[in-house]
Amino acid sequence: MNPFILAAIGGVLIGLSAVLLMALSGRIAGISGIVAGLLPPQSAPDRSWRLAFIAGLLLAPALLRVMTGDDGIGPPVVATPVLAVAGFLVGLGTVLGGGCTSGHGICGIARLSPRSLVAVAVFLAAALITVFIARHVV
Amino acid sequence: MSSDRLRQSVAGLITGFLFGLGLCLAGMTRPAVILGFLDVAGNWNPALVFVMAGGVTVTFFGYRLAFRRGKPLWAESFSLPTARAIDRPLLLGAVIFGIGWGLAGYCPGPAVTSLAGGRAGVGVFVIAMIGGMVVMRWLRKSRSANVALKPAGQE
Repeated sequence: MNPFILAAIGGVLIGLSAVLLMALSGRIAGISGIVAGLLPPQSAPDRSWRLAFIAGLLLAPALLRVMTGDDGIGPPVVATPVLAVAGFLVGLGTVLGGGCTSGHGICGIARLSPRSLVAVAVFLAAALITVFIARHVV
Repeated sequence: MSSDRLRQSVAGLITGFLFGLGLCLAGMTRPAVILGFLDVAGNWNPALVFVMAGGVTVTFFGYRLAFRRGKPLWAESFSLPTARAIDRPLLLGAVIFGIGWGLAGYCPGPAVTSLAGGRAGVGVFVIAMIGGMVVMRWLRKSRSANVALKPAGQE
């Protein structure tokens, strides 16, 4: 199938996930917040649904692999030290900024939250500049 | 109350699965696709635009339906972010996150989901991400203890 049609279908599934989580549990489907709530200090009291959500995330590609032979997961495209630095920055930034592509990007924009609209504009700009420097300057 | 907790775990599993399925089908678990989107000066790949358009549209209308009921099906109330201020932590956090996202092509959802592929590099990213989260949570806790500032809502 055309990758852009698949991308739109994938987006709709992500939206359905966010809507269901709000309708059933009243929660924002923000992955950084779901993960960070499990971590010290003072991990959230409601750990079980967070762990279940992460289990669901991992189950999806596993099931795709069994059913279609392709889990849709691609290899990392940068060296391991870069992955380590990038991961650390993503962890710091999403906790400090209160969200990531899902919490601010999907859920926040859908709620027309001014904080999320600003956050998305800023992290998108930072990412665009980073990629430009990494690929066309360095 | 405990039955609500069990039902919320079921909701977590179902919604996590849908979310992961969406990410994988959309190609968001391929960092090459993400970096292709972020590389506007190169061979631009617009896939992420379609994902965001689909996701935001469904969520925009779906949230309105969900909020109309007044409370969630399996919880006492909606847990919505309370922070309103567009302040320095929000802006600085977004800049730091954006740099990390642009360096490797992973944001938290696709990174965690890609762990299922069993590649060591993804494990390195996620462990480092968890490390960054713990460090920032400690910093914020010690800071909020000093100035009695309530941490901003997590999303």
